[in-house]
Amino acid sequence: MRPIAHSPHAHAVSSVGRIMATVMLALLPATLFGFWLYGWPAVYLWAVSLLAAVAGEALMLKLQQRPVKPAILDGSGVLTAWLLALSLPPWAPWWIAVAGSLFAVLIGKQVFGGLGQNVFNPAMAARVMLLISFPLEMTTWVAPMAQLPGALDSLAVTFGGQHLDAVSSASLLGHVKTEFSRGLDLQQALAGHFAPLQALWGQRSGSLGETAALLILAGGLILIARRIITWHAPVAMLAGVALPALLMNLLAPEHYAGPVVHLLSGGVMLGAFFIITDPVTSPNTATGQLVFGLGCGLLTYVIRTWGAYPEGVAFAVMLMNAATPLIDRYIKPRIYGRTRKGDTLVPEAAKRDAT
Amino acid sequence: MKLFRLRGGIHPEGRKTSSADAAIRALPLSPYLFVPLQQHVGAPAKPVVQVGDTVLAGQLIGAGQGNVSAPVHAPTSGRVVAIGDHPSPHPSGLSAATVTIEPDHEARWVDADLPADPFGLAPDEISERVGAAGIVGLGGATFPSSVKLKLSRRSGVDTLIINGGECEPYLTCDDRIMRERAADIVTGIRLIQFAVGARRALVGIEDNKPEALAAMRQAAAGNDVEIRMVPAMYPMGWDKQMIQVLLGREVPAEGRSADIGVLVHNVATAWAVQQTICLGRPLVSRIVTVSGGAVAAPANLEVPIGTPVQALFDACGGFHGAPARLVLGGPMMGHQLSHTSVPVVKGSSGVLALTQAEIGLTRPAPCIRCSTCVRACPVGLLPLEMAARIRSDDLAGAEAIGLKDCIACGSCSYVCPSSIPLVHYFNYAKGELMSQARSRLKQEATRKLAEERTARMQRIAREREEAAEARKAAKAAREAAAQAAAKTEVAA
Repeated sequence: MRPIAHSPHAHAVSSVGRIMATVMLALLPATLFGFWLYGWPAVYLWAVSLLAAVAGEALMLKLQQRPVKPAILDGSGVLTAWLLALSLPPWAPWWIAVAGSLFAVLIGKQVFGGLGQNVFNPAMAARVMLLISFPLEMTTWVAPMAQLPGALDSLAVTFGGQHLDAVSSASLLGHVKTEFSRGLDLQQALAGHFAPLQALWGQRSGSLGETAALLILAGGLILIARRIITWHAPVAMLAGVALPALLMNLLAPEHYAGPVVHLLSGGVMLGAFFIITDPVTSPNTATGQLVFGLGCGLLTYVIRTWGAYPEGVAFAVMLMNAATPLIDRYIKPRIYGRTRKGDTLVPEAAKRDAT
Repeated sequence: MKLFRLRGGIHPEGRKTSSADAAIRALPLSPYLFVPLQQHVGAPAKPVVQVGDTVLAGQLIGAGQGNVSAPVHAPTSGRVVAIGDHPSPHPSGLSAATVTIEPDHEARWVDADLPADPFGLAPDEISERVGAAGIVGLGGATFPSSVKLKLSRRSGVDTLIINGGECEPYLTCDDRIMRERAADIVTGIRLIQFAVGARRALVGIEDNKPEALAAMRQAAAGNDVEIRMVPAMYPMGWDKQMIQVLLGREVPAEGRSADIGVLVHNVATAWAVQQTICLGRPLVSRIVTVSGGAVAAPANLEVPIGTPVQALFDACGGFHGAPARLVLGGPMMGHQLSHTSVPVVKGSSGVLALTQAEIGLTRPAPCIRCSTCVRACPVGLLPLEMAARIRSDDLAGAEAIGLKDCIACGSCSYVCPSSIPLVHYFNYAKGELMSQARSRLKQEATRKLAEERTARMQRIAREREEAAEARKAAKAAREAAAQAAAKTEVAA
């Protein structure tokens, strides 16, 4: 006998694969811009990341004797690797991408039980691992340049271990931190290094896909319009970065950069729209997401300003990931007919009678 | 007029166009009508006819039992050919007590005692007549209407809401009845309003039914009945959602709408009330939407209760292609039919033959915690969290975060990108908790009986001992007395 199917007998046109594909589509503008800005080495790095993630995940599932095809086809591993690639220095060597991708899908995701089970954002976990383990490779940036190497010469950059001293450049946040340590103040440090308009377009040194603020914003708006994410977490994170920056900048402008500098540098934009909106590792409710986003923003600012590292998005996201179960425990929607505590509502009429 | 804000809800594809323009037509009588004795919430009716009896249309064939029950009537005149088990439209597909009638095609009706002026009846008399006519909630809940009327009058409701939401996809039976029989519905509404003494009567109709809105507005002109347009969304037809959007009042958990002074009835129920009070017709037929991608010519049929579902599909040109699934009711909350010999009952609003493309469910994937279900839930629950707890067999944990407040509307399952059968989980857990509670009660009762038996045995043993003691003492006393008597005799 055929089993009886349960209601509902209709379903919206949506699937995990579709969601992942839409997110990738939304990432495309910022990614293509990164390719254009940093050349073939960036393309290679991106491709190596994706390949390593898919191969690693397939092997892991095979070893565990779990179905490989559905897990690969849902696109979650590819998306994780894509996000990781966007957060890497564009001219990083190939093994950085491989190590990061494998760490992300194996340790970051499959070890926890696969899709939906991980506590920490896999891409950010991998980025933090790489930053701690390979600080030199992870902070060697390349400045946008007029003359990019060709496709063949670029192979030497990504796979040949060619030394990058000739083209290396500091990211803005790293540069400011170094200049502070030399006793210079903010104005001197920023002079010639920060142009808001350029930062908006993304023509600066930085991670592969984190620099083009406007293109990332466009991608984020696509996701909001397609109802894959809501505005809560991104807006809260941007506010969490901008508000303390504004306050400190007003108090001591010679030492603390303003909100524009903070919003348009490092991984804040990518983090706000694509990283902290990862559903698996963020809270369930709109209010919870506001708290979560605000926490990510504040912690990012604190780590950037007073921490040892120039950039703090990855650390902030992981700290807030750890707080997510706690947020979900305390912030729940009110159930119909009940008070927030879960007691039965008292109807207005009964309240009137009682008084 | 102001509408109030709603939480959650979804916008499923309506798929109503294929049947919305088909006028209601009467379905011819089938060779046999299978009238189940339980078509309502509460105790089943008790048969009052015997095999071989000749019955008239509208004649009582099953009497209501107890406080919450409803009688059933013969849908047409004919002969009772069987009383016994027949496949019922219950999700289990099991059989239930059914009266089978072979129509004589003469449609002779029982004599009705019609009031000269329906509004001259006493309000309680209206409730009585509605109860005697076997009217139940025709929106699908099938709760006996007279029970609701009496309760509402007792608790003094001030507002009557008539639910013309019809938010389930495909279904158009309420839409059609409002378009075609608006005047009768308005009379029915006024009768219900009079029966419960409500100050206002509001009709909520979704904005995707402009013709029904226009017809009802025209019929209600000059009466106190207010027609309100509400946004089309699912589950607007949930009575509490309708109360919220029209009045902004919230029914306390585990309570009834009467607690906040509101009575909600479906439009088709209002029509049935008018038919009973003004024409003396008990509830023996209803409008059923026949639709779905596998139905050749979708339609709205007026169907005698007890007609096998197959006859409805036949009247609509049969199937083109084999349907992937047959559904009784709407696609969101209806249940699958395993075959087409089950009869149409009072609560059957639609029969659907769906294609696989319409069902569209793929294989379940892991939950990605996207919380689309949280945003869709009209009750404010966390479906993903409840399902996770039920999966790990933590039923009490699921109950602690609101399982009992779930109305099984299916919004969460509908939107889930991982196609997780969430409502299935919840209904499983509710059933499991119920049976656990029942076995706890049983154990409790058994324990109590055993304890009572032990106490009784002890008491009996004690009484026996005491009796033996008493006998011994009596014997000793007797002997002592005898000795004493002997002594006195000797002395004498």
